[in-house]
Parts: sequence; structure tokens; C-alpha cells
Amino acid sequence: MKSRFPRAVLLPALLALAGAALADGPARTPLPSLYRDECGSCHVPFPPGLLNAGSWQRVMDGLARHHGVDASLDAASAAQIGAWLQASAGSGRRAGDNPPENRITRSAWFVRKHDEVPASAWQGPAVKSAANCIACHPRADQGAYDEHDIRIPR
Amino acid sequence: MNSLGTTLAAATLAGLLTCAAAFAATTSSPGELLAGYAGAAGLQPSAPRGQQFFNTRQGRDWSCASCHGATPIQAGRHASTGKTIEALAPTANPARFTDPAKVEKWFRRNCNDVAGRECTPAEKADILAWLSTLRP
Repeated sequence: MKSRFPRAVLLPALLALAGAALADGPARTPLPSLYRDECGSCHVPFPPGLLNAGSWQRVMDGLARHHGVDASLDAASAAQIGAWLQASAGSGRRAGDNPPENRITRSAWFVRKHDEVPASAWQGPAVKSAANCIACHPRADQGAYDEHDIRIPR
Repeated sequence: MNSLGTTLAAATLAGLLTCAAAFAATTSSPGELLAGYAGAAGLQPSAPRGQQFFNTRQGRDWSCASCHGATPIQAGRHASTGKTIEALAPTANPARFTDPAKVEKWFRRNCNDVAGRECTPAEKADILAWLSTLRP
């Protein structure tokens, strides 16, 4: 049977779909050096699109007690990073919810994307914390989370 | 704002943030910083006192060593996130203790986490004196 869709149309359409599926990780927003320095010392600088604008605002408002740690910034740095996060915040499928404690790792999207990872892998000494993205995503510090790069430590 | 507008705004902010970071840096050396803290304290710095402070809890859950390691000529690991923290001793990591504003920022934050207060100039001098004695 001859397809209704000529191959010349179908193939690019399939490739586009495949590309969209592969791109289901965090969007590759370039991370400013101030953000990498200030927000990437104790954890990798997380992709801004993984929290919505309201969650980022609450994170910035609570830096003096940031998950139990003093992560306070000078006023000028806080203003610049806050403005960039507001402009780069996510929405919709990845960041539609308001996760508890404004933790990316507790968003519905994050939990769904990691539901195949066994509990034992999270608890290993090389991982230690779900926030330690780089333990399994070797280029997380550059904002790259390609599914083909994943290496779960044993 | 449409998506192109958002992207442009984010790119502009990213550029501004990069420039701000580049111009903010003022360089110094560990020896100059140590002399400054010792002068403010009016005391001779003590490396053994610095080692004691660094490796002992000061009334809270963490000591300095909880994240930096007991002998910070090697990389440490953040006590809650597990992230690698580059070696703190200036002899092992020449980038350390070269930016006074950065040094003050981290003393302020980390002493607050470890001791629930800012560290005194004498404590900072002792810690830096000890770190400067470490050899990789």
C-alpha cells in the first residue's frame, strides 16, 4: 500500500518529533557567570527553567536560610540574579507546579523523569543527594543533561 | 512578553551579569589578607588554633571540615548536596584567598552556618595561618 504521506514529508516530521523527545531535558539556557559563581558553589547551577517565577522568587527571598544554610548575597548580586531568574523561569509541563520547599527535585516533572532510577542509586555515597545532578549527569555543571550521557555510579 | 522578547531580555541580563562579575574582582594575596586580619585582631595568628577551630564543631551540626575536609589540600564535598568543593588551602589551589570580597562573603556565610555568628578577625587570621602551612 502506498503511504498517503510522501517520504520527503514524513521523514523530517519524524526527525522533528524525535528531536522534541530528546529535548525533553532542561532547556539549554546559557548560565551567566555571576549565577554560576553565586549559585553553583554548593550545588551545580540549576537550569532556571525547572522552577516557575513564583518559586524562584521564594528561593531568592529565603537565601539567608537556604535549606538550612546561609546563602545570602549582597543586594546588587541578588537583584541581578533575581531579575535573570524571573526572565528565565519555566512554566507549563516542567515548572507548572509549586514543589515543596521550592525544590526542583520534588517537582512532578523531576519525579516523573527519574522514576526509573532505583532507590539504591540515590542513596549511594557517590550520589548522596538528589540535588547532586553531576553524579549521574557528567556535564550538569554546563547545564547539559542529555539522556545519552547518563552514568549512574555503582 | 512574547518568547523572542523574553529570550532577548534574558540574553541582555546574562551579558550584564557577566560584565558585573568581571569588574567586581579586586585581587589580593593570602599573605596580605592574613596580615590584614592579624592587624585588625591585634594578635599574632596561631596555626594550631586555626586547625583546632577548623576541625571542631562550634555548637552547630557542621565544622568547617564537614565540607572542606580535615586536611583541605584536597577537594572536599558539600555536607548536604555532595558537590565537590575544590581544595581550600592556597598552597594547593592558587585561586583561593585572592579576592577579598569573596573571602569575606564566604567567611560571613560559613561562620554563620558553623558558629551561628560571624568569625572574629583573630579566628580568620588563625584559620588562614593554618591553611597557609599546609603543603600538597
